[in-house]
Amino acid sequence: MSVLVYINSEKIAKNSFEAVTYGKKIGSVTVITNGNATDEDLAELGKYGADKVLVDRNFEGTDSQQVTRLVAKAANSLGASTIVFSNDLVGKAIAPRLAVRLKAGLVAGATQVPDEEGKIKVNVFSGKAYGYVKVESTIQIISLLPNSIQPEETGQKATVENFDGEVGTAGLTVKATKKPEGSIPLPEAELVVSAGRGLKGPENWGIVEELAETLGAATACSRPVSDIGWRPHHEHVGQTGVAIRPNLYIAAGISGAIQHLAGVNGSKVIVVINTDAEAPFFKAADYGVVGDAFEVLPRLNEAFKKFKASN
Amino acid sequence: MKILVCISKAPDTTSKIAFTDGNTKFDETGVQFIVNPYDEWYALVRGIELKEQHGGTVTTITVGTAADDAVIRKALAIGADDAVRVNTDALDAFQVAEEIANYAKDKGFDLILTGKETINYNGSQVGAMIAEHLDLPYISLATKLDVNDGTAKLDKEIVGGSQEVEAQLPIVVSCAKGMAEQRIPNMRGIMAARTKPLQVVESTSSGQLVNFVNYELPPSKAAVKLIDPDNMDELVALLHNEAKVI
Ligand SMILES: Cc1cc2nc3c(=O)[nH]c(=O)nc-3n(C[C@H](O)[C@H](O)[C@H](O)COP(=O)(O)OP(=O)(O)OC[C@H]3O[C@@H](n4cnc5c(N)ncnc54)[C@H](O)[C@@H]3O)c2cc1C
Ligand SMILES: Nc1ncnc2c1ncn2[C@@H]1O[C@H](COP(=O)(O)O)[C@@H](O)[C@H]1O
Repeated sequence: MSVLVYINSEKIAKNSFEAVTYGKKIGSVTVITNGNATDEDLAELGKYGADKVLVDRNFEGTDSQQVTRLVAKAANSLGASTIVFSNDLVGKAIAPRLAVRLKAGLVAGATQVPDEEGKIKVNVFSGKAYGYVKVESTIQIISLLPNSIQPEETGQKATVENFDGEVGTAGLTVKATKKPEGSIPLPEAELVVSAGRGLKGPENWGIVEELAETLGAATACSRPVSDIGWRPHHEHVGQTGVAIRPNLYIAAGISGAIQHLAGVNGSKVIVVINTDAEAPFFKAADYGVVGDAFEVLPRLNEAFKKFKASN
Repeated sequence: MKILVCISKAPDTTSKIAFTDGNTKFDETGVQFIVNPYDEWYALVRGIELKEQHGGTVTTITVGTAADDAVIRKALAIGADDAVRVNTDALDAFQVAEEIANYAKDKGFDLILTGKETINYNGSQVGAMIAEHLDLPYISLATKLDVNDGTAKLDKEIVGGSQEVEAQLPIVVSCAKGMAEQRIPNMRGIMAARTKPLQVVESTSSGQLVNFVNYELPPSKAAVKLIDPDNMDELVALLHNEAKVI
């Protein structure tokens, strides 16, 4: 079976390796990409099972219309029966367009490979349930939820070839790009330290940031905290904010309202710190500390520092 | 300016999630339906603000059955001028988008706004699909949208940051947090909504491409392990040895 995997080569990140690994479990993998990655970097995708990488360096991948034309052309020339994306911000803008262009069913946010009946598991109801989806068309498009499978090194180097996607003109122009230096983007973070209204005020976030720095974690917050402007909007996690699925989520001074849980319940391990032993968040937690965040967070920071020093 | 806002209904965010018919259908017993929060708070309100600034109309469109009319009236109460409902129980995002695109294609809309995603299926698909059907630019996860002389200026989320982009109307935009502030409908709005036009049109879609076969609830979580607040070394040791996340 011929599988085409799109990756966003502006940054070949872990979710790109996940997408290639996923594709390899279904068939033989060709990668299609655009942008400026070097041949050497692209050849590395072979490690995760790609045989070949097709690259169009003539345009940047900022316009979903152009990227869709590129992937559609590659899919047609290859006769691909499965096309895989990472369900990150890039994949979300392109995979549905491609579904219309190829009239192919899209499974958005897959967390597993298809089972024997071809059903694919996805999260629904903001992570409160799972759905099993079957594609009815001959071509299937799957966008893989980041951090749901581990990259597996199975191969060597891939061959890299130039590919002309004949992508036409862009429908939008980019005026400026802002990427805060140093901070770890939340949706990709494997470790997240988060705090809520229990922290009382923005001036108290130092203890949250220090712990995050020790761990190399991203910081997040509950909705009211970003609504009142204590923290930036992009840190708001939950049903109406960002949905995350880190390996470790540490939540201090957050009550654990159902809308907050909806954005974090995909986390592998949850640690909750709250003065109120009855806080609903403890029901969703793996480890709980009933105590004052102002005392517990600095202590936890010291304990992690000690652990890091001796490991 | 002619603005179309895509409105879907969603179970209230506190709903208990359960399934019936051998786990093949969402159990709607006792479930309150609301306007999908992203559609209401961000897409609809920004659409209304742009109309207030530039003049024009805000039409909502919903693919759904008569059971959705209550939710549509809520959108009208917030300030949309009129509503369209495509009368079918849409089965997947492809079908929803095709219905909306078929309706919109010869109506001359300058802006088609959707929410970031529905909170029940979380697909984040419909906006991009409409854009492809109509061969229009699509700006996903916009947090800011202004229009000047036929040019839209937007801020959008990208991996690890944000981007300022420009595009010529017409465009399709999916709206995320930052776009606008929630508006609570007032009594006058609610009264006016009762008599605003709600046009029902028939389905034109070629059908679904994916099928939700069945559902499953996550296994219930084991009881939380409580750690003494004075013993954070123990927590760190557990995270390392037992949970293996650090
Ligand atoms: C449609 C809708 C969508 C929503 N979407 C979201 C969303 O996406 N994300 C989100 O987060 N919320 C969302 N909410 C809001 C949500 O319902 C809660 O109101 C919110 O999550 C509560 O935030 P919080 O836990 O920070 O504050 P609170 O509920 O005020 O909780 C503060 C907690 O801190 C504890 N505390 C106090 N002092 C200390 C201390 N010194 N040390 C330790 N603990 C302390 C308290 O015991 C309490 O549990 C949404 C609501 C609605 C209606
Ligand atoms: N049945 C529907 N009728 C109208 N608009 C919809 C419908 N379903 C989804 N949408 C719109 O498409 C957006 C994305 O939905 P989804 O692709 O399901 O996550 C929503 O926020 C709505 O604006």
